[in-house]
Amino acid sequence: MSKPHEVIIGLEIHVQLATRSKLFCGCSTQFGAEPNTQTCPVCIGMPGTLPVMNRRAYELAVRTAAALDCEIAEFTKWDRKNYYYPDLPKAYQISQYDLPFSENGGLLVHDPKQQIEPRFIRLIRVHLEEDAGKSMHDEAAGRDDSRIDLNRAGTPLMEVVTQPDIRTPLEARLFLTELKLVLTYLGVSDCNMQEGSLRVDANINLHVDEGGETVATPIVEVKNLNSFRAVERALEYEAVRQLDVYEETGQRIGDVPKQTRGWDDAAGVSRAMRHKEESSDYRYFPDPDLVPVRITAEQIAAARAAVGERPAELRARLEREFGLGGYDSDVIVNGGRELVDYFLELAERAGDGKLASNWLQQDVMRALNDRAITIGEYPVSAAALAELLAKVKGGELDRNRGRDVLADMEAHGRGVEAAMASLGIESVDDDALVALCRELIAANPAIVADVQAGKAKAAGALIGQARQKNPNVNPGEVRRICLELIEAM
Amino acid sequence: MFIPHESATDLVALIHSGDLTAVEVTTALLERIERHDASLQAMLRVDNQAALAQAEAIDARRRRGEPLGSLAGVPVAVKDNMCTRGEATTCASRMLEPFVPPYDATVIGRLREAGAVVIGKTNLDEFAMGSTTENSAFGVTRNPWDPERVPGGSSGGSAASVAAGFAPLALGSDTGGSIRAPAALCGVTGMKPTYGRVSRYGLVAFASSLDQIGPFGRSAADVAVLLETIAGHDPADTTSVDVPVPRYSESVSRPLENLRIGWVKEHFGAGIGDDVAAAVREAIRTYESLGASVREVSLPHAKYSIAVYYVIAPCEASSNLARFDGVHYGMRTDEAVMRAELDDERARLEKAGDERGLADMDTAMVRLYRKTRAEGFGPEVKRRIMLGTYALSSGYYDAYYKRALQVRRLIREDYDRAFAEVDMIVGPVTPTTAFRLGERVDDPLSMYLFDLYTCGANLAGLPGISLPCGFDGQGLPIGLQLQAAPFEEEKLLRAAHMYQTATDWHTRRPELA
Ligand SMILES: [Zn+2]
Repeated sequence: MSKPHEVIIGLEIHVQLATRSKLFCGCSTQFGAEPNTQTCPVCIGMPGTLPVMNRRAYELAVRTAAALDCEIAEFTKWDRKNYYYPDLPKAYQISQYDLPFSENGGLLVHDPKQQIEPRFIRLIRVHLEEDAGKSMHDEAAGRDDSRIDLNRAGTPLMEVVTQPDIRTPLEARLFLTELKLVLTYLGVSDCNMQEGSLRVDANINLHVDEGGETVATPIVEVKNLNSFRAVERALEYEAVRQLDVYEETGQRIGDVPKQTRGWDDAAGVSRAMRHKEESSDYRYFPDPDLVPVRITAEQIAAARAAVGERPAELRARLEREFGLGGYDSDVIVNGGRELVDYFLELAERAGDGKLASNWLQQDVMRALNDRAITIGEYPVSAAALAELLAKVKGGELDRNRGRDVLADMEAHGRGVEAAMASLGIESVDDDALVALCRELIAANPAIVADVQAGKAKAAGALIGQARQKNPNVNPGEVRRICLELIEAM
Repeated sequence: MFIPHESATDLVALIHSGDLTAVEVTTALLERIERHDASLQAMLRVDNQAALAQAEAIDARRRRGEPLGSLAGVPVAVKDNMCTRGEATTCASRMLEPFVPPYDATVIGRLREAGAVVIGKTNLDEFAMGSTTENSAFGVTRNPWDPERVPGGSSGGSAASVAAGFAPLALGSDTGGSIRAPAALCGVTGMKPTYGRVSRYGLVAFASSLDQIGPFGRSAADVAVLLETIAGHDPADTTSVDVPVPRYSESVSRPLENLRIGWVKEHFGAGIGDDVAAAVREAIRTYESLGASVREVSLPHAKYSIAVYYVIAPCEASSNLARFDGVHYGMRTDEAVMRAELDDERARLEKAGDERGLADMDTAMVRLYRKTRAEGFGPEVKRRIMLGTYALSSGYYDAYYKRALQVRRLIREDYDRAFAEVDMIVGPVTPTTAFRLGERVDDPLSMYLFDLYTCGANLAGLPGISLPCGFDGQGLPIGLQLQAAPFEEEKLLRAAHMYQTATDWHTRRPELA
């Protein structure tokens, strides 16, 4: 029986900002170019060159800080973080040390499956820095011959550091999911983990309850986390491993130096990483080549006003104004701002949020998925779909027939009327409908008897027959007329 | 007419009028360099063909009737820590011996636009660290007034080249006195502009918050023309300040009225040579005779300026020079030798069963850094990198760097108070005149004290000008320093010109062997 304990997790997230050019020079930040083709004397640190701040990167960072409810400093400066590494051409990284552009703030984490209660995860800071290049080490050969690609060197990077407020690996994953969604909504990053535009390191230790005394175990930093799922798995593994180590050695925080472990997702284990060559004394000092950055209170207020509705606020609105459940609002909001806008227009025009949500999730999103397109590329406008929904709601079309019409609209980019016409759907006039119903009643005395005996459900068979004779009949109308006629017999 | 002694302003006029061609001027100066630089070693590299090609281009423009720039055809010598596209820029260091920048420094671009001829790159103390130009990896520059003496530093090559008549103008850089001190020791006029007046883009950084490029000439009028050419905001250097640049070349000859000058008691304390003190006092009297009022001002924190300077400059240098690691450009140690060395070490440790030693062994990457830097840097550069690295280390930062910044602010405030009372401060540039080669090489502290009167202007970001004000008993030039409030270069140039109108010290020329 293991000792009662709490898991303490803090995250450090590096996000590449979606600027066209680098943080301190004009080079492109496009991913995937030939190595060392997106470089210039400034970003390869040639002697005599000087950095010039990309104001756009700073603005995107401020927008993010505003969305994360951070305090934004009116005065911020750049510092040099000095260390040697082949992918760092100046042998220092321009970063922010004691006066980051923003501090505090936080993000509410919720779980659509409601495995956990919503929790507010506080942030320590968000700061800006330049990315390093990429070393392509031949470590297996043990000779560390390296080739270096400096295309990435100088790309604007925003570092988000949380307080150690996260208590479970699941919470860590949910936090990251929500953070990524916020960043995507803001348009500040593409958050592509495969291309390295979002990178996560996690710090984890345990608070073990020793008969009322809380004992903290040594903090471990986990790196090489290549997906949110990997973060969750690595932390689950690490929590168990640390408890084992604690029960075996009794090591407390401070007894051993902070350890860095790399996560091997395929093997499902973490491994101690080789010590870095450089010492951890980064000799930070203000970068004398860059003037401090100032922003006015008015500009900060404008940035806050420009944030707009954040995902959590949108979910709440969908639930409040359109009566959606938590699961549905989550699916729609997680689909991105464009999908939400589509939904809002659809629901407004159709006057029915739940109907709009059903069609959006079951039909539209499926089509997007099947065709691998975005809502912006979807050929049926919200207005057109709303017309279709009105016909379904009015009983003119049943759900299946409505789907046929939508498929035709998707395939040919037609409006509802045109699609119905092409499918040969036309409204059947009342006299013809009554005549059809009389005919069916005459031909089905057994069903009529069942209905008369109180089994109203039996009328469904009449509807089926009516549809076989004329696919365009309104099933609701058929049912109503048949029941009226039988009643009158 | 003797071209090597002509002023830049006269040469421009003669070239504009067609009385002289740029090629004639450049040829005359190249010949003079050829004849005298073997003994002086002011120039690190002179490319005759490249210089003549620039001169020919100017002459061609003139023949075609195209407009000529403000320095058309005037040769300018450039300290070899400013990048010149496609030409070596070494900082007088082995480390950068193979370095050829693919870009021009902003000041070089402005020289070219003005039609100047970059006649060659001048010697300096390695990475501009030194006060004598003896720290060059490529030879010692000698003082044209006495080849057994230092020319001052770190822009010793630029100062000596102007004094020797190799070029009427030169560019230097001044981090703690590196323009003003060699100007004083070589008997020429040199100015350190306000921090931010001239773009640093393309100047290989020594201490970024102190470095400033500035002009040398044989008169304030010539210095004015060169400053006007290179000054002004540069979007590539965000520390350059966007304030208008006055037409120094036009205003320089207008005397200042009601000039209020201040002198500082500490400038005449222990350590100053009698000849220097006497010449500076005499210069102050000259200003009085020109109508200036004189009063004493106080710079109570000036005595800390050397201490502050020798914390801040090495701290910044330790970071600025970290990029020279053998990986990306410049020198790299012989890798085959390095690997063989590592293999030997490993074999020895394995044989001895020294597990600890094996674990502590350098990786190839770390050894590459170590050996490259050990071989590439000279002793003074290493000394300052170590000083700076130490002072920035955790646990020492507050006691050294942070404290130095605080005192730096006090020094600046002293000047602010002084300049509320006077237009400029007049004093010595260096405590003594040029001393003998080798005399202080093994005494870094006395060498550092040579910056006592100059580094305050760098710490406070002020402009300062050095101009000849006499000779000592051995016939060596003495310099006079004028300092003013930020962006008051115009005032300094006009005051210097007033003095040079009243005296002829600046017209004396050394006899070259
Ligand atoms: Zn670049």
